[in-house]
Amino acid sequence: MDLSLTPEEQAFREEVRAFFRDNVPAGIKKKLSENRHTTKEDMVEWTRILHKKGWAVPHWPKEYGGTDWTAVQQYIFNEEMQATPAPPPLPFGVNMVGPVIYTFANEAQKKHYLPRIANLTDWWCQGFSEPGSGSDLASLKTKAERKGDKYIVNGQKTWTTLAQHADWIFCLVRTDPAAKKQQGISFLLIDMKSKGITVRPIVTIDGGREVNEVFFDDVEVPAENLVGEENKGWDYAKFLLGNERTNIARVGMSKERLRRLRELAGSTQAGGRPIIEDPKFREKLAAVEVELKALELTQMRVVANEGKNGKGKPDPASSVLKIKGSEIQQTLTELMLEVAGPFASPYDIHGDDNTNETMDWIAQIAPTYFNYRKVSIYGGSNEIQRNIISKAVLGL
Amino acid sequence: MDFDLSEEQRLLKDSVDGLLNDSYDFEQRKKYGAEKAGWSKAIWGKLAEQGLLGLPFAEADGGFGAGAVETMIVMQAFGRALVLEPYLPTVVIAGGFLRHGGSAAQKATHIPGIIDGSKTFAFAQLEKNSRYDLNDVATTARKKGDGWVIDGEKFVVLNGEAADTLVVTARTKGGQTERDGIGVFLVPRDAKGVTVKGYPTQDGMRAADITFTGVEVGADAALGDPAGGLPLIERVVDEARTALCAEAVGAMDESLKITVEYIKTRKQFGVPIGSFQALQHRAADMFVFTEQARSMAMLATMASDFNDAKERAASVAAAKVQVGKSLKFVGQQSIQLHGGIGMTMEASIGHYFKRLSIIESSFGDTDYHLRRASEAGGII
Repeated sequence: MDLSLTPEEQAFREEVRAFFRDNVPAGIKKKLSENRHTTKEDMVEWTRILHKKGWAVPHWPKEYGGTDWTAVQQYIFNEEMQATPAPPPLPFGVNMVGPVIYTFANEAQKKHYLPRIANLTDWWCQGFSEPGSGSDLASLKTKAERKGDKYIVNGQKTWTTLAQHADWIFCLVRTDPAAKKQQGISFLLIDMKSKGITVRPIVTIDGGREVNEVFFDDVEVPAENLVGEENKGWDYAKFLLGNERTNIARVGMSKERLRRLRELAGSTQAGGRPIIEDPKFREKLAAVEVELKALELTQMRVVANEGKNGKGKPDPASSVLKIKGSEIQQTLTELMLEVAGPFASPYDIHGDDNTNETMDWIAQIAPTYFNYRKVSIYGGSNEIQRNIISKAVLGL
Repeated sequence: MDFDLSEEQRLLKDSVDGLLNDSYDFEQRKKYGAEKAGWSKAIWGKLAEQGLLGLPFAEADGGFGAGAVETMIVMQAFGRALVLEPYLPTVVIAGGFLRHGGSAAQKATHIPGIIDGSKTFAFAQLEKNSRYDLNDVATTARKKGDGWVIDGEKFVVLNGEAADTLVVTARTKGGQTERDGIGVFLVPRDAKGVTVKGYPTQDGMRAADITFTGVEVGADAALGDPAGGLPLIERVVDEARTALCAEAVGAMDESLKITVEYIKTRKQFGVPIGSFQALQHRAADMFVFTEQARSMAMLATMASDFNDAKERAASVAAAKVQVGKSLKFVGQQSIQLHGGIGMTMEASIGHYFKRLSIIESSFGDTDYHLRRASEAGGII
């Protein structure tokens, strides 16, 4: 048992750290530190920088533009990226649909889509959830009827993150209404410019516009946009949802937020002294630090064990990562709100535009606190995570 | 970055597990606890036979030169079986003092008896008012000729009645809470002036309150610097805390296992109660707490190799915080999910709960270590 990195891994960390330090555009870094959203242009600019370096899709197989990094290198890369902070690549392309395409799609699809994901030529969004299908995703109703060489798609998707920027959407659609619910679903790639698609924003409690409703009204989709086999979409969706296990802990990001929290607590006065000198606050800070340290260790255990449980069999401890990672992220936003105190109140939109960039960054604290309630809801709510633990790990 | 056990460590784990599987089930444990010492001489002999009592000692001293990971393996296994034998006070604590602070003569006198199982030790540290502060020592050791005279009272000394030798912290100079002026003394339990009042503890062991009245010991009783012993005490107690974290993880593993088995078989409303989501989520949370504790017990174990003493101490404090929170949740919910049967002395689960609860307040509880971690300036 040993916590230390090998000399090669240490050198790799230095290389990655220096790259992020020197290459993240200052404006983007500032936005992330202050919890503002990045714009589409920011994301394209940053993805191109990563792509030029060959690091836009490091976890993909080498033949599709990835690297042959080990699980530990991958972990170091993600941690350093979050700690800088640098924007994580747009997950809908590189972490979600990309791996589905290189694993299940045909050669023509791989050749067409993968390079365009890697350099963000195409902005992807995810068409899974529906108004009536949240945690019970397989109950989805959006249907695709085969007519000649086309599918005709009708229905509605929701919680579609950044659909307003998207060129493409990958959708789960029902192609066999007679089959048992998981079995009649297909995985379809749809051009957002298609006739009959309407995107309507959903304004969240922080005032931001991250998520949307997407309506499909007799949308014609070429049959060649089907991934893999018809009615096998649920398998691909399960693969997709099971792919991102370790990154979900967001340890690096929480470390960066903690640094920011300490800074703010050191410069904000309460009762004639900086808040950070208040013993009660310090103990709260220490408590979340202990939680974060434990999570970091748990994540390292999962990373170090990757592949040792057999392919596709995650370490049982990996189910801890989503629950604790989201709780810690939320606690940190809560402590930030506590530090900001009465100055958190003036309203500022937690938006993805640049209009409030001149505002004091304290203005983002309350919206971020509100916004971060999402992290225990998305990606399989924490209650669903507990279902997974009780069934898959404890055998209940 | 590697969390696997080495081949040798795996063999060690198998051998400890094997021994406890064969001879340490819940019924057997009851018999061992009923023996005069509160633990079994026969089991202690088996531990010696398997080399477990000599693990951490240098090969030159007759041991195996094993490290903190090996102690973790043993303590986790002991936690799973709720082992009563005095491994912590004898091998971890007295062994730690001898290894880190003992003279060549003290090592030669005491280590062989630990390794062959003929001698056990106890750590007489806690005082009426010291609570968790290791620097708070009212017991005194006065110089007399070449030797020392010890006066004072120590409380809840684990294995205090059965031990052959007591490791006693005593003040040689300075005020009651001064960091300077504390020494460590090896005192025969049957020395003149030592009064031992033994009693059972809540978690099924035996401890004692011990009074020292003009106890005279020789110069060779002082272990290390008689006026500058606190850093040594802090180091050894951190090792004891680390061992307790491992023991707690073992006890939590077993508590979760027993509880999950129980809710799979106990039926109400015509179905196993484990089919109810309220109970499933509670069990899932017990798993999360246990895994977080396991991670931190590993950190504390590996921290023994850290060069930075401050980082080492902060890691152990952080581990004790996480383990304290985890054991409270796992312990309490184990009883809750068992329902009435969990309240009975007859069911094993309550005994895990009791041991876990006592571990929380051993060598500093969660709040104490949270403050310690906070004063160290953070963990991250």
